[in-house]
This record gives sequence, C-alpha cells and structure tokens, in this order.
Amino acid sequence: MTATPLPEHPDFLWRTPEPRSSYDVVIVGAGGHGLATAYYLARNHGITNVAVLEKGWLAGGNMARNTTIIRSNYLWDESAAIYEHALGLWERLPEELDYDFLFSQRGVLNLAHTLQDVREGVRRVGANRLNGVDAQWLEPDEVAKVCPILNVSPRTRYPVLGATFQPRAGIAKHDHVAWALARRADEMGVDLIQGCEVTGFLKDGDRVVGVETSRGRILAGRVGLAAAGHSSVLAERAGVRLPVQSHPLQALVSELHEPVHPTVVMSNHVHVYVSQAHKGELVMGAGVDAYNGYGQRGSFHVIERQMAAAVELFPVFARAHVLRTWGGIVDVTPDASPIIGTTPVENLYVNCGWGTGGFKATPAAGWTFAHTIATGEPHPLNAPFALERFTTGALIDEHGAAAVAH
Amino acid sequence: MLLISCPWCGPRDETEYHYGGQAHVPYPGNPADLTDEEWAAYVFYRDNPKGPFAERWMHGTGCRRWFNVLRDTVSYEVLAAYRLDEPRPELPGRADVHQPAEPAGGNR
Ligand SMILES: Cc1cc2nc3c(=O)[nH]c(=O)nc-3n(C[C@H](O)[C@H](O)[C@H](O)COP(=O)(O)OP(=O)(O)OC[C@H]3O[C@@H](n4cnc5c(N)ncnc54)[C@H](O)[C@@H]3O)c2cc1C
Ligand SMILES: [Zn+2]
Repeated sequence: MTATPLPEHPDFLWRTPEPRSSYDVVIVGAGGHGLATAYYLARNHGITNVAVLEKGWLAGGNMARNTTIIRSNYLWDESAAIYEHALGLWERLPEELDYDFLFSQRGVLNLAHTLQDVREGVRRVGANRLNGVDAQWLEPDEVAKVCPILNVSPRTRYPVLGATFQPRAGIAKHDHVAWALARRADEMGVDLIQGCEVTGFLKDGDRVVGVETSRGRILAGRVGLAAAGHSSVLAERAGVRLPVQSHPLQALVSELHEPVHPTVVMSNHVHVYVSQAHKGELVMGAGVDAYNGYGQRGSFHVIERQMAAAVELFPVFARAHVLRTWGGIVDVTPDASPIIGTTPVENLYVNCGWGTGGFKATPAAGWTFAHTIATGEPHPLNAPFALERFTTGALIDEHGAAAVAH
Repeated sequence: MLLISCPWCGPRDETEYHYGGQAHVPYPGNPADLTDEEWAAYVFYRDNPKGPFAERWMHGTGCRRWFNVLRDTVSYEVLAAYRLDEPRPELPGRADVHQPAEPAGGNR
C-alpha cells in the first residue's frame, strides 16, 4: 500500500539558506540562546553577516523541552542583575518582535516547608527587594489566597510554612519565543542553518578561524558556543576545558484540564514544580538525575517522587493522568551559575552552564553574549560570570535560588 | 532506573545508591606547591565524556561502601563495577573508551 506523501512543511518564518563559506560570526546551537544572540548581534550591534548552525532542527534541544518558567528572584546581586534584565526584556519583547508568545505574568510561589526554608525565603525576599526585584513573603493563609488549590493544611508530611512570591514572574510559550526571534534575525540577514553539526574547529595558532561541520568548512571571524548540554564536548574539540557536567533533566505533562492552577508553584524541599499551560496541561518538573548523561531520558524514580509530592500539595491532581514525559540534557556548573564570556582561545566565546534554569534568561543571555562577541569584552552584566571565577574563587553560589536540585 | 551491581551485595536498584562523580581523581601529591589554576582544576574541573565514564557510587542503603562503576553516559549501560583497590577494567572491543586524564592509581 502506498500512502500519498504529505506536503512539505512551508518555511514561513525564516529562509533555509545553504551555508556560505565564511561569516563574521558563527553561533553554534540554534536554541533560544543562540537565536537571541544572533538577534541582538544584528539589532544592537549591526552585525548581520552571521550564521547560526544547528545540528538538529531549530530550537529542538532544551528550548523545546523546558517547563517555560520565567522569574528573577535569585539571591546574589550578580544574578539578580542579569535575570532582572531578562525579565525587563521579556516584558517588552512580544511587542518588539511583533509576536504573541503568550508571556503570562501569573507569579511564582517558592514554598518553604522547614524552618530553614523559611529563613532562606525571608532572606531572599530582602535581597530581591534591595535589588529592585519584586518579592513578597507570604504566610500560609496568604499562599492559599494566591493558589486556592494548594494544600496548606498543617497535617501534611511537609506542611507549607510560607512562600516567597514574585508577582511579575510567569511562563511563556517556548516554541513561539524561538520562532519570534528566528523570524526577526532572519529578516535582518542572519542565516539559520539547520541539520549542520559542528564537528571541530579551524585554528591558526591560539586563534579560532572557523568551524568544521557536517556540511563542510565554514570560516568565521568569531565563534560563539551556545550548545547547552553539549558545551563541554564541543569546547574540548577547541582545546578548552569547561567546568560543567551534563545531567538528564525530565519534565512531564498531564492531559488537558479546565483552568485550575492560577500561578507557578515550586518546592525545593519536596522537589516538584507545577504550572498550567495555556492549553490546559499541568506542566511538572523536578530535579536533575544525579548521574551524568547524554541519553535525553531520565530515571523513573524521579518522576515517581515528584508525582507523590504533587499529589500531596495538590490533592485535586490525584486523578490527573500523565500524558507524556521527556528529558533534556542540561550542563551544570559547580556554583549553579552560568558561564558567559571569553575563553583561552582567541575569538572563541562561550555561553553555557545555565543548567536547569536558562530559559528565563534567554533575552539577557543573548544581549550580553552578543555584546561580548561584538566587542571582545564582557558586558557589565556578564563580567562576573566569566570562566576565571573558578580560579579566583569569586563564585556566584545560586544552589539555593536555582529552585531545582542540581 | 539503573541496575548497579555492588561488588559486595550484588545487583540493586539505582535508588539504593548515592552518586559520587568522576572516579580516579587523585588528591594532589604536593598540595602546597599547587598554583591557583591547578587547584581550580582539582576542585572544579571533571571529565564529562559522551561514552564510557568511570564514576564513584556508594551503596547507601546496603553495605554503605564506595566503589567504582564504568558506565556509558549515552546508553546508560553499566559496563563494569569494581572495588576501589582494583584498576579500571579494560573493555575489549571498545576502541571509543575515553581514558582519564590522570592515570588510574589514586583510586579515591
Ligand atoms: C526538562 C527541562 C525543564 C526546564 N525548565 C526550565 C524552566 O522552567 N525555566 C528555565 O528558565 N529553564 C528551564 N530549563 C533550562 C533551559 O531549557 C536551558 O537552560 C536553556 O534552554 C539553554 O539554552 P538554549 O535554549 O540555547 O539550549 P538548547 O535549546 O539546548 O540549544 C542548544 C542547541 O545546540 C545544538 N547543538 C549542540 N551541539 C551542537 C553541535 N556540535 N553543532 C550544532 N549544534 C549543536 C543543540 O541541538 C541545541 O539545539 C529546563 C530544561 C529542561 C531540560
Ligand atoms: Zn553493597
């Protein structure tokens, strides 16, 4: 039996060019970060002779797999500055890109279940306010007003003792974000090249001058890596060692439900976080698998535990069915903060180590990485996130505010 | 879920174990002589190979002993489990094995 072939999917939003033999800038990885970098290289710096090379399909990596939570309530000044810059950009990007990517500022609750959680939460609210980040401490009855389906009874195993609340936090539709950035970058002349894997680097002494790809050699004035879970295997080919470890991180969705969940709820202690997508799925995540992995799948017991926690916190979810689970590969640094900056190889720049939390940073990662590539110098916002901090010891320890165990 | 064979207790589910990162990372021989770069390399930098990886696991809900596992980070196949006083096993027929930067011997 022969089936009629389906028509080719049209490329509405961007061209599908053949790679040229040379570019001013080559970005490796067309996830949100690579696309945002290309967009801001063109918009902020007028650099448009740019290619974004993607081994798979555009934004098919972690950009397509994340749980889309956006917030800026990190602890340290350096993190507050960069994540808050991102949140400010998120607030104006839909209009600027003329694309509704369903950015919904429905707020985020980070729950406290122990006295130590309470103290850490109250401290973080104070730190956030000093940094101009909107944050409130809520007692259990106030938490229940924000999210009525949340079980704040003192009789659960880990009762909700309070929560931090950031009202400007929220979610956005990740695919649409990528397409919106891709369309504008393409319009400004950036070549988005899918199915093009970078397999090595062309070097002239200690300087990178291009990349080897599955579609031939491409010369480049500067090369920026934005390859998320694969950043260390890639950088190694350029002779650069990165302090990152790749771990599987899973997420899952339920079948569709009426709108029941008005905000985003995260819990560090019982290890689950939940929001409700625009269509109606409950979107849930948990911590990374403990071991290193590149298999894009994770351990079942992680799902089992996050479901147990979700059902205790949200008894109304007890009959919800899981529709789909999947995994992505995230690159984790020793201080749970990203690395954005120069490398020991001249003209090679790296943006990596965002671990479980880089979607929220997409516009700021692109903004600062584009600046670094365009000028050869870090932007004030990414200067503290340089590779050198692992030698100087000026770490930015955000394990507490990362809100997901890693 | 991984099925890991403790050298003392035999095969058990992953949930019985605790992960300890890369194996065969010896403590510096002359710590006082290390530069900042060498300390950074020892404290913060570990291999992150795509393929076979020698790593440490501890049998937390069993004998509570540490041991080493050779595991493929792409297929998640557990290729070997061995005691700390044993060398990293050779894997016949696997040319892709990523050898650790430091020769095995520290076994910590
Ligand atoms: C399950 C899950 C849930 C998450 N939830 C959240 C969340 O709620 N909020 C949040 O802020 N963050 C979240 N994250 C993290 C976030 O997704 C990542 O930090 C972020 O997507 C990383 O940047 P990126 O978008 O550029 O990465 P990616 O989208 O992974 O882009 C990297 C791209 O590089 C490509 N690539 C790799 N190697 C090569 C090569 N050699 N040649 C060419 N291309 C290559 C890959 O195919 C990929 O498309 C989550 C991640 C996962 C996996
Ligand atoms: Zn044992």
